[in-house]
Amino acid sequence: MFDIERWQEIFDTISKNKLRTFLTGLSVASGIFILVILLGFGQGMQNGIAQEFEGDAATSIWVWTQTTQKEYKGLNPGRQIQFRNEDYTTIVDKMDLNIDGKSKFYRPRGITATYGNDVLFYQVLGTTPEVQFIENEYIVSGRFLNNADEEQVRKVAIISAKIKREAFKNVENPVGEIIRISNIPFTIVGIYKERGNDQEEDRIFIPIKTAQMVFNGADKLDNLSFTLPAAENFDAAVAESVAFKSEVETFLKQKHSIAPDDQGGVGIYSPMEEAKRYYSLITNIKLFFWFVGVCTIIAGVVGVSNIMLIVVKERTKEIGIRKALGAKPWSIIGMILHESIFVTAISGFTGLILSMGLLEIIGPNIEVDYIVNPSVNFNIALATVFLLVIAGAIAGFFPAWRAATIHTIDALRDD
Amino acid sequence: MIEIKNLHKSYKMGSNSLHVLKGINFSVEEGELVAIMGSSGSGKSTLLNILGMLDELDEGSYTLDGVPIKNLNETKAAQYRNKFLGFIFQSFNLINYKNAMENVALPLYYQKVGRKERQEKALRYLEQVGLKEWATHLPSELSGGQKQRVAIARAMAAEPKVLLADEPTGALDSKTSYEVMDLIQKINDAGNTILVVTHEPDIADMCKRIVHLKDGVIVEDKKVEQVRASQYV
Ligand SMILES: Nc1ncnc2c1ncn2[C@@H]1O[C@H](COP(=O)(O)OP(=O)(O)O)[C@@H](O)[C@H]1O
Ligand SMILES: [Mg+2]
Repeated sequence: MFDIERWQEIFDTISKNKLRTFLTGLSVASGIFILVILLGFGQGMQNGIAQEFEGDAATSIWVWTQTTQKEYKGLNPGRQIQFRNEDYTTIVDKMDLNIDGKSKFYRPRGITATYGNDVLFYQVLGTTPEVQFIENEYIVSGRFLNNADEEQVRKVAIISAKIKREAFKNVENPVGEIIRISNIPFTIVGIYKERGNDQEEDRIFIPIKTAQMVFNGADKLDNLSFTLPAAENFDAAVAESVAFKSEVETFLKQKHSIAPDDQGGVGIYSPMEEAKRYYSLITNIKLFFWFVGVCTIIAGVVGVSNIMLIVVKERTKEIGIRKALGAKPWSIIGMILHESIFVTAISGFTGLILSMGLLEIIGPNIEVDYIVNPSVNFNIALATVFLLVIAGAIAGFFPAWRAATIHTIDALRDD
Repeated sequence: MIEIKNLHKSYKMGSNSLHVLKGINFSVEEGELVAIMGSSGSGKSTLLNILGMLDELDEGSYTLDGVPIKNLNETKAAQYRNKFLGFIFQSFNLINYKNAMENVALPLYYQKVGRKERQEKALRYLEQVGLKEWATHLPSELSGGQKQRVAIARAMAAEPKVLLADEPTGALDSKTSYEVMDLIQKINDAGNTILVVTHEPDIADMCKRIVHLKDGVIVEDKKVEQVRASQYV
């Protein structure tokens, strides 16, 4: 290894056989390059999915009422479940749950909202001030619902930017305008906008207490929603939302006499679990990338082996000459392996550096959904380089050994 | 210097066996210039290859400079070749990607001579064969005669005890052949032992002794009056 004379001999050989060296190097470097890029994008997709779901209020849990599907304790299936205020307060105050944000909804039935002579074809929904945090809403004009609205049972309403656009075309600022809900006047106090899509901007919010009292809601609730405190990592977040979901579900089913295994009765959804599904999809995609990458590496190994085989074959006569001049078999084998390892290592590292450099440069600039900062584990990339180098050495060893140990006279006769 | 007793060699080819050398007895003193003659296929190269430890004998004994040569593995054979023998081949056998000087220096690399000294020595031997100006040329840029002179310089560079030349002029025209023989005679004049395989009588006449091979045995072994090649050059 530290035989300077041999290094010089090898540099001579390499520099005078540029094409051969180049081809060997190219096959190794491109193999590594492709592998690293593939692995990088696999990781990038994983990062992208994680970010997509961690970004907004992803740790939220939605609960709604449904009809039951199973007979239970003498109760017929098809029974419509109705949540009550007490359900909400029990979950929030009595159960030992770690809740960050919470909100409840009541949707008055059989009502019509109007503005002047126009019917407003939007959903009227009673809710609490916290909803804006849970749903990522923000105010573009006026204010959101507040606690005073709630306590004083004010007849106020919040409309969306979309509603303003569609139903208040001729009004410069709808804040302060009066709308009528089942002929009862409500004052618009704010306009909200939904982050992202405006599909959810079809709702007019009023204070929940108002909704319940004015529209015969008593203590009825239709929907509950919660958010959980930020978890340490993605897996913890998934685990926590699953645990939360099951506790709430168990409680509500028990409270409303719903069979524990009933698919109906209580609807409950957590986007985190959806993310989990994406996540395992990503794991599969990564596996696929690995598979392609490993195939690439195998192709690289086969390529390097073939080149080594040809190189040694081509050099059989040279080996004979060297032996006639006094080269020992092991010095021949050593020379060939030394050269092969040197070339594959240099080109392997070149491929590694180029591909990692590329990822480093373009990675942070990639702006595609679901791909964030593609990068690769350096140790894994390094290990593949070593794998290729070793494979090249092994592939070179056998023909080298054969060429070095056949009778010199036979090697010399080779043409 | 060389002593061979009852040497036999056969080549196996499938079930057949070709008995090429059938009991050769022969010895060479230091400083001799011996021509080995015979028609094509008479076993001249086979004999020379065995003397050069490139091939193995089947039967008999071979002593080189007092060292019995038998049952050598490749490693030992390589050492002996490097120390005792220099080869000159009909087809030159230069390494095509190395220039003249690097080719000449190669046996010295295997003698573990340092790079600088190797190059100096190689240049000196190239000068002796009149090719100093061609030191940096690749074999492909040299004529046949020049290539053979590079090969001779290479064989000399290791300072071997015996030079073995297999048809050194076989691939050359007669004028170039005489130049090469002139060189070989001069090397012999300096005291080196040389064996030359040839089937050309005029080349054999330029040696000091002619050994005639026929059907695997020596049929004639005579000392001759040397014809100097220089008169034709
Ligand atoms: N490696 C070998 N395998 C089989 N037969 C061989 C081999 N080398 C030489 N021969 C045969 O041995 C005989 C002698 O060959 P050789 O010594 O090369 O003759 P020369 O050099 O006198 O022309 C020839 O008939 C040749 O065909
Ligand atoms: Mg011959």
